Amino acid sequence: MNSLAPSRLTRWIIGILVGAFFAIPLIATFLYTLRDPKGGMSLVNWHKLIDPAFASTLQPIWTGLGNSLVLAVVTVVIVLVLLAPTMILVHLRFPKLRPVFEFLALLPISIPAIVLVVGLSPIYLQIARTLGTGTWTLAFAYGITVLPFAYRAIQASIDAADLRTLSEAARTLGAGWPTVVIKVLAPNLRQGLLAASLISVAVVLGEFTIASLLNRQVFQTAMVVVRNQDPYLPAIFTLLALLLVFVLLLIIGRAARGHRKARS
Amino acid sequence: MASVPVPAGTARDARSRRSASWAWLGLTPFAAYVLLFLALPTVLALASGLFTKTGAFTWSNLSALGDPAVLSTFASSTWVSLLTAIVGAVVGVLVCYALLGMNPEGAVRQSVDAAAGVLAQFGGVMLAFAFIATIGVQGMVTVFLKDSFGMNIFEGGTWIYEVPGLLLPYIYFQVPLMVITFMPALAALKPQWAEANATLGGTRSSFWLHIGFPVLAPSFLASLLLLFANAFSSYATAAALISQGSQIVPLQIRAALTSETVLGRDNLAGALALGMIIVVGVVMALYSLIQRRAARWQA
Repeated sequence: MNSLAPSRLTRWIIGILVGAFFAIPLIATFLYTLRDPKGGMSLVNWHKLIDPAFASTLQPIWTGLGNSLVLAVVTVVIVLVLLAPTMILVHLRFPKLRPVFEFLALLPISIPAIVLVVGLSPIYLQIARTLGTGTWTLAFAYGITVLPFAYRAIQASIDAADLRTLSEAARTLGAGWPTVVIKVLAPNLRQGLLAASLISVAVVLGEFTIASLLNRQVFQTAMVVVRNQDPYLPAIFTLLALLLVFVLLLIIGRAARGHRKARS
Repeated sequence: MASVPVPAGTARDARSRRSASWAWLGLTPFAAYVLLFLALPTVLALASGLFTKTGAFTWSNLSALGDPAVLSTFASSTWVSLLTAIVGAVVGVLVCYALLGMNPEGAVRQSVDAAAGVLAQFGGVMLAFAFIATIGVQGMVTVFLKDSFGMNIFEGGTWIYEVPGLLLPYIYFQVPLMVITFMPALAALKPQWAEANATLGGTRSSFWLHIGFPVLAPSFLASLLLLFANAFSSYATAAALISQGSQIVPLQIRAALTSETVLGRDNLAGALALGMIIVVGVVMALYSLIQRRAARWQA
């Protein structure tokens, strides 16, 4: 038992007070979704999700959600195909570059998205001319947004696995570099790669700043649009999305802990 | 991990040197990507504050940073960030303290960690919706207080759609961020130090006064700076709550981006971005400086 730990009473007092502050908005949002415009409580707002009469109101959200999912996939591809191999390469061949690489990877934390968007808008004018105005192109910007999160997750796995020995063993046995990376190194980093992918999905689903100011329709911008017609629907999607991300993070945490336990 | 030294002049040396030069090529795709989507936009954002629409160099946009309207926005941003950072840091420390000594593998810690991650990093617009449903004009708590106690929380005006309305949602994401950043520092406090202190006749309060607080002070300060930068750069929650106007710097950038001329200037967005990155850059540089010092105790 940690002798620095607070008494049971102190723990409960802090837990209840802070817990209440955090629970009230979530519970209130849930009760809000149950409010019947005709008075009283009912599931009428939740029923709108499948009611054809509300299909057109909901259309922006489904479109936005679809766009966000495509963006999530492309962003995960950027993380797995561009970031992860580069990190392995830096670790194996250019260990001296690691501080520079780390500085670059964590830099987006210090550059507010709202600042980035000022510089991205002329770039996206060019992209619109060459690659079209498809929403998926936003993934290039999102790859930068998720960089610090993905870097930390993957680096933790790289530090825990002995990539040098693994790759040298595989090379000695005659494997080419693509085989080494895909069949030997990636499976050993799967926990970090999974965490990086899930965090990227969570970031992309919650992103608003860049999409909104570059006029792309994603999940979050769609909720703002729908709110003007029906304030209850965004509240429902807010609860569902927060719950989904909570579960994603719970899975990442559990995987990381299982991994540590297996190692110790 | 140190690489195994290879004797000079061997065939292996020559081969590895040759492949090292090829290996540099492997870095180029990522380097190009970061250059194009991180370095270029940042430079463009900052430079656009220094050029007119036609491309001529000018200081006039930058002088916008001295405009009273802009100064007052920076002031609002600063006090909102400072206030929510301080409240968030203090409450966050209490949460960390309450979590101390709980099994890190336990269900409570796992849920708190996951919940803190959600609210600190992915809330954005959704936090604004939750607070509108709670203390908005038709919010559950607003209506409840009015019906049960005859209390109108908006007697002095609908402050939820003004700057004061940002305070509660901001604290709602600041506290979890504090828990994430400060917990490792608090968990690194060694129980042995408390035992040594007790053996030498110290009390619980003398432990915190002479050992705990001094050791944690740099981490606390670093986390406070991170929280400040976090609130200062936050856009989504404010944008969803306040649909019009330039109450804080990010919203003023929105106004500058979406309309041609604001305050009679062309590239105001660039100038504002420059001002913002100076503030956030200085705060984050201080953060990493102090954090490095604080990390000494966490080995």
